[in-house]
Amino acid sequence: MLISFFLTLRKYGLKSSITELMDLLKALQQQIIFASTDDFYLLSRLCLVKDEGQYDKFDRAFAEYFDGVDVLDLASLIPDHWLLPGLIRQLSDEDKAKLASLGGLEQLLEQFKQRLKEQQEKHAGGNKWIGTGGSSPFGAYGFHPEGIRVGQQGSGQRRAVKVWDKRDFKEFDQNAELNHRAMQLALRQLRRFARTGLATELDLNGTIKATAQQAGWLDLQFQSERHNAVKVLMFFDIGGSMDDYIHECEQLFAAARTEFKHLEFFYFHNCVYEQVWRTHQRRHADAVSITQLLQTYHSDYKVIFVGDATTGPYEITYPGGSVEHFNAESGEVWLKRLLAHFTNAVWLNPQPQAWWSHYHSIEILQKLMQNQMYGMTLDGLSGAIRHLSKRH
Amino acid sequence: MIFKSTEHYILSPELALAVNAAVTLEKPLLIKGEPGTGKTRLAEELAASLGTELINWQIKSTSKAQQGLYEYDAVSRLRDGQLGSERVANISNYIKPGKLWTAFTAEKRPVLLIDEIDKADIEFPNDLLHELDRMSFDVYETGERIAAKQRPIVVITSNNEKELPDAFLRRCFFHYIRFPDKDTLTQIVLAHFPTLQADLLTAALEVFFDLRAVDALKKKPSTSELLDWLKLLLAEQIAPSVLHDKQHQGGLMPLYGALLKNEQDVALLEKLAFMTRRPGR
Repeated sequence: MLISFFLTLRKYGLKSSITELMDLLKALQQQIIFASTDDFYLLSRLCLVKDEGQYDKFDRAFAEYFDGVDVLDLASLIPDHWLLPGLIRQLSDEDKAKLASLGGLEQLLEQFKQRLKEQQEKHAGGNKWIGTGGSSPFGAYGFHPEGIRVGQQGSGQRRAVKVWDKRDFKEFDQNAELNHRAMQLALRQLRRFARTGLATELDLNGTIKATAQQAGWLDLQFQSERHNAVKVLMFFDIGGSMDDYIHECEQLFAAARTEFKHLEFFYFHNCVYEQVWRTHQRRHADAVSITQLLQTYHSDYKVIFVGDATTGPYEITYPGGSVEHFNAESGEVWLKRLLAHFTNAVWLNPQPQAWWSHYHSIEILQKLMQNQMYGMTLDGLSGAIRHLSKRH
Repeated sequence: MIFKSTEHYILSPELALAVNAAVTLEKPLLIKGEPGTGKTRLAEELAASLGTELINWQIKSTSKAQQGLYEYDAVSRLRDGQLGSERVANISNYIKPGKLWTAFTAEKRPVLLIDEIDKADIEFPNDLLHELDRMSFDVYETGERIAAKQRPIVVITSNNEKELPDAFLRRCFFHYIRFPDKDTLTQIVLAHFPTLQADLLTAALEVFFDLRAVDALKKKPSTSELLDWLKLLLAEQIAPSVLHDKQHQGGLMPLYGALLKNEQDVALLEKLAFMTRRPGR
């Protein structure tokens, strides 16, 4: 009765319920599909998974469960597809960064293909791969930049890959780092608190009062809709170590702009000092002093910092620590002033969370932010937004 | 009943399975996917192929679940009451059936499209749980019970602006329409433009997929934009060679306005084209 299949899904963290399993069984009973694993994959996904963010988990669970069933079939197809994912892992970090940031450039694509070709030749007769790899190739596909689909070049091979092993939905997985789409999706959650309460168009109290004044003759009173009251200030770190992430930040920037009416952007370098900039060219004329900022914006603004927080610790804690100018008071002092005024603040950090503990500066800022630092993943962003939407 | 691709609508096997399962098991089918991948079209084509009525309930940010069932126009009754009209005595004069009511009482099993359910308030899907499950509801004002003569085929679309509640999702089948690959897209285009020249199509698709590969675009062009663009290309009689010319108009494809919908994207593309051109010099 598919119980162990169901339990495998649950093991992978899918929240499928018993009702949904019943639906699947009912569908099988009605013989909507017949004796085809591919169709069963589609049908079970249709019934049991209700979010494309969960598709990847489902693919992995499905692969595990059906691993044994299909083993003969798989053996004949393996070599090519074991190779390709492995080769992607061979790209240097530099290439990955380039690919991630400029994935669309035709030139780069060519370069990438060439690189891939070279690598393939080097590893010709690559049975060794299978021997030494040891771990299962499924779920270990490594780096796969969006938009360059390596596995789909040869049409003959393509059919051979099992749908669930392709893991096409990996990019939607909640813990994966944000891509453009995922970023917008996550930021849309901000709307939830941005639009609290549907507007009441009929002013009931006013109507009762007015009707009473008219001695019982109905006199309808209307009031205007309530508007989005949420105000946000965003501070972006640019220059230096953040250049790797500038693309991601710009995406976040683009996604955020459409969501809010009261939204202001400021830029800083490494740490907030006595002034920030209004444009990312950081021109002198665009500078706004923090003091002025504190006077201009009321404390009900919510504040989001975006930065990798990876600097020399002295840039935060010592007066004169800034690399660009002499700051009379330390960045820490200025940041504390900001946080004292804007009590509702979070820090988004595009650095992978696993690396955080390796940087002293991140620890310092974590402490300053009272642990309100979040990774720039879907989960991190949702966490940050949950914190922001609490009433303070 | 098997729902298949029609002359003008190409259906992927996955989606066909999803639709057929939902129709057979009488479950609502929730469809998500990029804008322009034919979510709404699906319901229209389904209704056409079944030869039945399509009841389209377009959701807006102000939509309430109750509006789908019925609306009780208390204000006009009050007004009639003050004017001493005869109609006032019968409350059912002031009850206006909504889309769900119409769907429940239709003679032939209709297709009910609840379009863009994510636009509504966050509580909206929860308010419809029982009605979609049991396919019946009570009219409190008259004490009448409206039950479905036969369960309508319910298609729900979402653009992912809001998350839908779990309890609601559990009652639906879910399918995510992926962006079609090159082969499928070729089929779709040919279904719309049967006489299109092969080389123009290849060139156009190449440009189109290159464009979609640019990550930083705010709005990636989708199928419906491709179709519009092709229509324009045909109308302007643009030759395939122009599409191959990467330097056309500073790297922008002809009639790019059909594909790109905001000026930042256009600027970005110009910048990229400029950057690719430079090393060659």
